[in-house]
Formats: sequence, structure tokens, C-alpha cells
Amino acid sequence: MKARVQVMLKNGVLDPQGEAIRHALGALGFDGVEGVRQGKVIELDLAEGATNQDVTDMCEKLLANTVIESYTIEALDEGAA
Amino acid sequence: MHAAVVVFPGSNCDRDLAVAFKAAGMKVSMVWHKDTDIPQGVDIIGVPGGFSFGDYLRCGAIAANSPICQSVAAHAARGGYVLGICNGFQVLTETGLLPGALLRNAGLKYICKTVGLRVATQDSAFTQGYGLNDLINIPIAHHDGNYFADDDTIARLQGEDRVAFTYEANPNGARADIAGVLSDNRRVLGMMPHPERAADAGHGGTDGQALFRALTETLATA
Repeated sequence: MKARVQVMLKNGVLDPQGEAIRHALGALGFDGVEGVRQGKVIELDLAEGATNQDVTDMCEKLLANTVIESYTIEALDEGAA
Repeated sequence: MHAAVVVFPGSNCDRDLAVAFKAAGMKVSMVWHKDTDIPQGVDIIGVPGGFSFGDYLRCGAIAANSPICQSVAAHAARGGYVLGICNGFQVLTETGLLPGALLRNAGLKYICKTVGLRVATQDSAFTQGYGLNDLINIPIAHHDGNYFADDDTIARLQGEDRVAFTYEANPNGARADIAGVLSDNRRVLGMMPHPERAADAGHGGTDGQALFRALTETLATA
């Protein structure tokens, strides 16, 4: 099973990097960019039998800091439990 | 009085912290992150600054899950003292020993300079050597020192007098100007500024000395 975990800063948590990207886009002439949030994507290559619950546990324990971040899990191929 | 300093791959303030503990009169043991036990009789554990595990994933996240951190948590749960400085503060928030998290500096830049701190409480072994509202000068050196916690947590920290230090001129966007916080039993302190870098006349400032001396006095009478 392959899974893709997307980790984003929670709404309400200031994202200075996203804000810097927004400014840079504006400076390049891309008007109308009203907000940018930057996150990270973590791809997991998992042995047979791994479940979504396993990935959730990984997110809770290590991959995301739930004080400041939220996460979403996407199973990338068939056979995902 | 016996201090242990935890050393992770990428720690770079571990020896400075050991020197500061020793200068205040403590015996110091260095503890490698793969060790599982803290030496017998340790009163305080120092979690030093640096870039543990290269700051991969999030600052302090990998270190917080290393074997030694379970022993640090157990030491804290027994009522032991813990001092986390800079990356050590990040590690302590990642382990859950302290509330909140450290975000990227609001200005996005790494900042290395001496800043003014207000002593926000005298009620801890770490801060009793200062006067309330004393202004002290302590260096900071961080990229991710922007303290964040939700409104309820900030209110609780303030209500319980658990903010140890605040920035006189907020350098990094930290909520409520918070530079350091205490645990609910007041025996765990995490702070972004480096008192161990202001503990000897050769450093150009000695405002950090009082923290280590007060700690030694408390431990000597404990």
C-alpha cells in the first residue's frame, strides 16, 4: 500500500512562509492571489496489511504536530484497507 | 547536585550548557540520545540547543521520539527538573512536556542577537534569582522560535503565572511575547533564549548566571 499524507498548518495558525510566497507572486505580477498556505506531502510505501488506522497513528505520533497542524491521508493504490 | 545533559546528533549547545551547570556548582553527566536511562541521582536534565536530527520533519520532532526522551518524561513525571533551551524547548513541546509549539519566525529569517527579556515570574527554581520584571539581556539564535498556543492555552499559562520570560521587543512573532514557559508543577522550563551563552564574563554578558545559580541553590536544599 502506498499512502500520501498531506500536512498543513491549521487555520488560524499564521503561516509566514505562505505569506512570503504570496508577496513574491504579487511582486512577479500575479495579481489576485489572496492567500497562500504552504504545507508538506509525505509519501509512505507500506508493507502488505498496513491499514489507514496505522497511518493515522503515524500522523498522530510523529508526522503531524496536532497542536499546530492538521493532516489528511490519501491511499494511493488499491488494496488499501 | 547532579545535572544530565542530553546529546542528540546535531546538538551544538550541549557542552556550553554543561559548562554553565558546572560553573554553578553542579556535577554534570552527558547522556547520548540512544541511552535509555538517566544516571542515578540526577536532579535536573538539560535539553540543549542545536539542530537535533537536522531539524528534519519539524524542529525537535525526531528527538522527541528518541529513547532517551521517554526517560526525560519519566524524570519529569517523578517531579524532576528539566531545562530545555532553544532546540531543547522545541523538543519539550514535541514531547508534550510543555504546551504549545514553536513556529517559523514571523519574519522568516534566522535571528542571532542579544535581546532584552522581562522576568515574568519569580515563582520557579529557574527564575527566583531574578527580580520580578527585571530586564535581562540574553542571546537568541533561532529560526523557529515563534511561540504558538491557542487562546485558551495562552490564557491558562498567563492565569497560572507560567510565563517565565517575555521579549521586551518581540523578535519572532511569539504570541503574547512569550520567550519561555513553565510546566504546571513549575519544574520544567522551556525557553528560546540561551542563558548558557550569557553565563561568563567572556561571553560579553552574565545575565544568565542567576538562572543556573538559583537552580543549584534550590537543588541543594531540596
